[in-house]
Amino acid sequence: MSGDLEHLFRREAGRIVATLTRIFGMHNLALAEDVVQEAFCRALEVWKFGGVPQNPSAWLTVTARNCALDALRRQRTADSFAPQLSYALESAAAEELFGPGEARDDLLRMMFSCCHPRLSETAQIALILHILCGFSVEEVASAFLQGAAAMEKRITRAKKLLADSRRLFDVSAPREFVTRLPVVQSALYLLFNEGYHGASADAAVHAELCAEAMRLTAALLEHPLGATPTSYALAALMCLNAARLPARLDAAGDLHALPDQDRARWDQRRIADGFRFLELSAHGTELSPYHIEAAIAALHARAPSAAGTDWAQIAALYDTLIAIRPSPIVALNRAIAIAESEGPERGLAEMGQIAGDERLRGYPFHSAALGELELRCGRRERASAHFRAALSLARNPTEQRFITQRIQACER
Amino acid sequence: MNEYVFLYRGGNPPPSPEQMQQVVQKWTAWLKSLADQGYLLDRGHPLERSGKVIDGGKVITDGPFAEAKDLVGGFSLVKARDVSQAAQLALGCPILERGGQVEVRPVMKLDV
Repeated sequence: MSGDLEHLFRREAGRIVATLTRIFGMHNLALAEDVVQEAFCRALEVWKFGGVPQNPSAWLTVTARNCALDALRRQRTADSFAPQLSYALESAAAEELFGPGEARDDLLRMMFSCCHPRLSETAQIALILHILCGFSVEEVASAFLQGAAAMEKRITRAKKLLADSRRLFDVSAPREFVTRLPVVQSALYLLFNEGYHGASADAAVHAELCAEAMRLTAALLEHPLGATPTSYALAALMCLNAARLPARLDAAGDLHALPDQDRARWDQRRIADGFRFLELSAHGTELSPYHIEAAIAALHARAPSAAGTDWAQIAALYDTLIAIRPSPIVALNRAIAIAESEGPERGLAEMGQIAGDERLRGYPFHSAALGELELRCGRRERASAHFRAALSLARNPTEQRFITQRIQACER
Repeated sequence: MNEYVFLYRGGNPPPSPEQMQQVVQKWTAWLKSLADQGYLLDRGHPLERSGKVIDGGKVITDGPFAEAKDLVGGFSLVKARDVSQAAQLALGCPILERGGQVEVRPVMKLDV
């Protein structure tokens, strides 16, 4: 089982929960999840023996519908809402309930619902991964390198908030859609970043989180109200950066910094997609941070080598990015670009301005960048001290190996 | 060659869809390897967890309601040289990774 069937169960779980929640109502999210669990247990039993059917989506859809009807029959005496729902499920053909167009809107509706403004950004992403991408609580927790118990609490609380709101987001209401869209874009951006820069040691987890962010962004682009220049910019930055993933983290789980990456391993199809999206993003007047990040990623994608990269242009783009969305990480990247274009001493001077920032304190690549620049200035001891500080902050074995190699480089 | 029935008992479904998919993949691979080596006579079927139980008084009741770990969830038919070879084949069954059991029962021959 590979190719099209990769992650089939996960994605189908998300699709069917989203559809059942439309039928049952948001307050019955837990019921929808139970039904999906039951349908998947049946699939597991039958497919173990018979293999995966020709059309697994259709099989799961019909099974989920039957499980839903059973669940409603069990509830009928207890609850007054069941008869109308049973009628809706029984009278409509499964294809109508779960058709591809419906499925897309269900996905978006759930995605917008998960981005509830009263939820923290982390909770939003956790919910998206759990409900729409079919990650179990443990899998979400391990992707974020957090304890399962804490994640369970967070997800349960977030689901309760959704269920209490009792209504699903209405994706056909333009005003609400436009208001919520930036929150959704931001959640998808953070999901992608979690994949790209996140703490997990597992290369597969990184690739999966990035792939999910890209899949959901693609769904956003299919909706007439979702396909804005800013959404295209978001898609472009994801494709252009994800293109480097195969070279960034190799199969052995080793991390390669940009200058040391084998550019032949960059994914040319994603780069082509990225440039196509970048073109589509160049409409209207809005210049979002995503536009600038996409432009930076595009300069990397075009460059023949790290040395042949237009670092001055990249530094200038970071200037703009800092002006519209300041963050210590952006400042750090800007300093690195300046170091590349104007020399390590200038880069260090820029780094000095963000030295005390609380938000960089736990981030190993801040110290690592300082070490790198000191090393280039020939100050090996200082460099080594920075790398050792970075090592103490490393979040997983991959980062530890990477930083240890840099410490060794100081001693050569 | 003799015939053996594999009875699959218990085994917990994994908690996440991704893991479920992996279980399906493992079973498919295991049954295929038995078939490729010529041991599999009939891959068999899964069984519903409950049906009806009819007792001596011809009373029909719902059931059985055994504990999940004791319930037969499915069966296959294999051929092997002897029971110990059949048991060796059963050692590869993915159900063992999820707390389940395989019961290997020789099929008695009807020719006397």
